Amino acid sequence: MSAIVFAGSAQFASVSIIAAGGGAGAAVAAASLMNSRFLPMSAAVGPSLSGGPLKRAAKGQAVVDASWAMSSRGDGSFDEHLLLGASAIAYVTWVTGTAVGAIWGDKLGDPDALGLDAIFPAFFFGLLLNELHSGRARGVAALGAAIAVALVPIAPPGIPVLVASLASLLGLTRRARADMQLRQEAEGEPR
Amino acid sequence: MSTAAVTIAGCCVITAAIKAAGPIALGGRELPTWFTSVVILLSPALLAALVATQAFAEGDRLALNADTVGIAAGGLAIWRTESIIACVVVAAAATAAVRTL
Repeated sequence: MSAIVFAGSAQFASVSIIAAGGGAGAAVAAASLMNSRFLPMSAAVGPSLSGGPLKRAAKGQAVVDASWAMSSRGDGSFDEHLLLGASAIAYVTWVTGTAVGAIWGDKLGDPDALGLDAIFPAFFFGLLLNELHSGRARGVAALGAAIAVALVPIAPPGIPVLVASLASLLGLTRRARADMQLRQEAEGEPR
Repeated sequence: MSTAAVTIAGCCVITAAIKAAGPIALGGRELPTWFTSVVILLSPALLAALVATQAFAEGDRLALNADTVGIAAGGLAIWRTESIIACVVVAAAATAAVRTL
């Protein structure tokens, strides 16, 4: 999964849903929603990539949060070589780390006794705090958490998290869209 | 096929399609503001839901237990140190410590 999906938060999200007893459909849906952020990200990178459509689509696979942020020149354009290079390094370490865990993970002993089951949610917590740079993001996070917890006793596993994604529709309010417009203009995105 | 295989295949195809769609289909064109505005809020909504369900739920019921404490400790750690590694280590250690009680 690390080798062919290569999107950490989506991998963890789908694994968490399956571990909680959810089905493959819910797991894939959650991962896809999590990865939908790559659509605007790869679209922003598009004009900075060289080559024909197929070549650009292949290079678009290199878009992950870290390499995308690193290669952004801050004026709406991206450094193609830095994007591909940063992703190559991230890819090798990511896949190697997964393989090491898969091969030697059993030797660690009982994962529950070591508290390892708290690692996923703690890691999500870390990713989450990186996202909370606006009041709106904090509101959406609080609403999402509330929806999910409220649905746990009544909905099948995996569904509460998916329904919680509806909290992002707060982005449709007029003010949210106006803020987005301002942000895009400030970033000078290519038009 | 097993659940795991279906999940991996599904994630693989959809993620690749999402990443390819940007440069090809939209090449240079701007995504509508309302769309981007929703998409950037999907991550906080989903992440918060995942954290909350794992902290406060056990299967299909709500429960406070060792990992609730661990996740709270991890949150505290990241707030103080801004390091994801510290957060993960503290969360695991705190959960393990509560379980030994």
